[in-house]
Amino acid sequence: MTADDRYPRPPEYYTDAEEREVTIRCLEDEDVDALVEMYERFDPADRAQGIPPTEPSRIHEWLEGLLDGGVDVIASHEGRLVGHATLVPGAEGGAHELAIFVLGDYRGAGIGTRILRHALGTGADRGIDRVWLSVERWNAPAIAVYEKVGFERSTTDRFELEMALEL
Amino acid sequence: MKVLLGVGGGEDSDIALDRTLERAAEAGDDLTIGVFGSNNATIEEVEQTVKDRLATADVDADIRRIEEQPASRLVELAETESFDQLVIGGGQRSPMGKISLGAITEFVLLNAQVTVRLER
Repeated sequence: MTADDRYPRPPEYYTDAEEREVTIRCLEDEDVDALVEMYERFDPADRAQGIPPTEPSRIHEWLEGLLDGGVDVIASHEGRLVGHATLVPGAEGGAHELAIFVLGDYRGAGIGTRILRHALGTGADRGIDRVWLSVERWNAPAIAVYEKVGFERSTTDRFELEMALEL
Repeated sequence: MKVLLGVGGGEDSDIALDRTLERAAEAGDDLTIGVFGSNNATIEEVEQTVKDRLATADVDADIRRIEEQPASRLVELAETESFDQLVIGGGQRSPMGKISLGAITEFVLLNAQVTVRLER
């Protein structure tokens, strides 16, 4: 597989495993309200490591910090956002931190993996060369996706697993 | 209530310190603070911060210096001196806002036989 196959660039229009027409594209300023609405629909039981927050006011606050200068790729279906992959700049020019969020009904259909690859492709175009993430050690499905895309486990004394990728 | 608070140099220690002092001022807890150094601050710096905050909050507490193995010493202190509760910081937040728990928190959660409160 070439680097461009592994890390495609948005937009992409495709039909997912459940026959839904899904659009993957970069987040625009006018999508922010729709993104807030997606997080308001996010099942609290699907949260990981304290995010996303549950109360609307805290969702706004959290997104303000998140959408400031990073990479944001979204998946939409029938006009609503159903997935979000984000790369957030590290402190002092350190590696970017990655996270992906997919609404419960849209999980298991490959959307997370696609928006993840598109976010990495977009990040590479913007000169990002190192990406890291943390994930709960029991979350085997997420870890499998990250490994498939090229992340490697880092050594750490923390409770959660950390993984990193050179673009 | 007899409360033992562990404070290192982390951001979460700061939050735990503020909340615990607030609570102690309201509830009149019998408070002991175990101070220890970390990558972020020396034990002297942590001790000074704690003393300054105690003075500002007008709360009395017994300060204990923990020179090594803070996690196991905190658990041992809490148990041998019959504390009702052991309070520590509830984890650091990444730029993304994800909470991660460090080695001290993990040790305390797995090994303490007293009630543990994570403050965030």
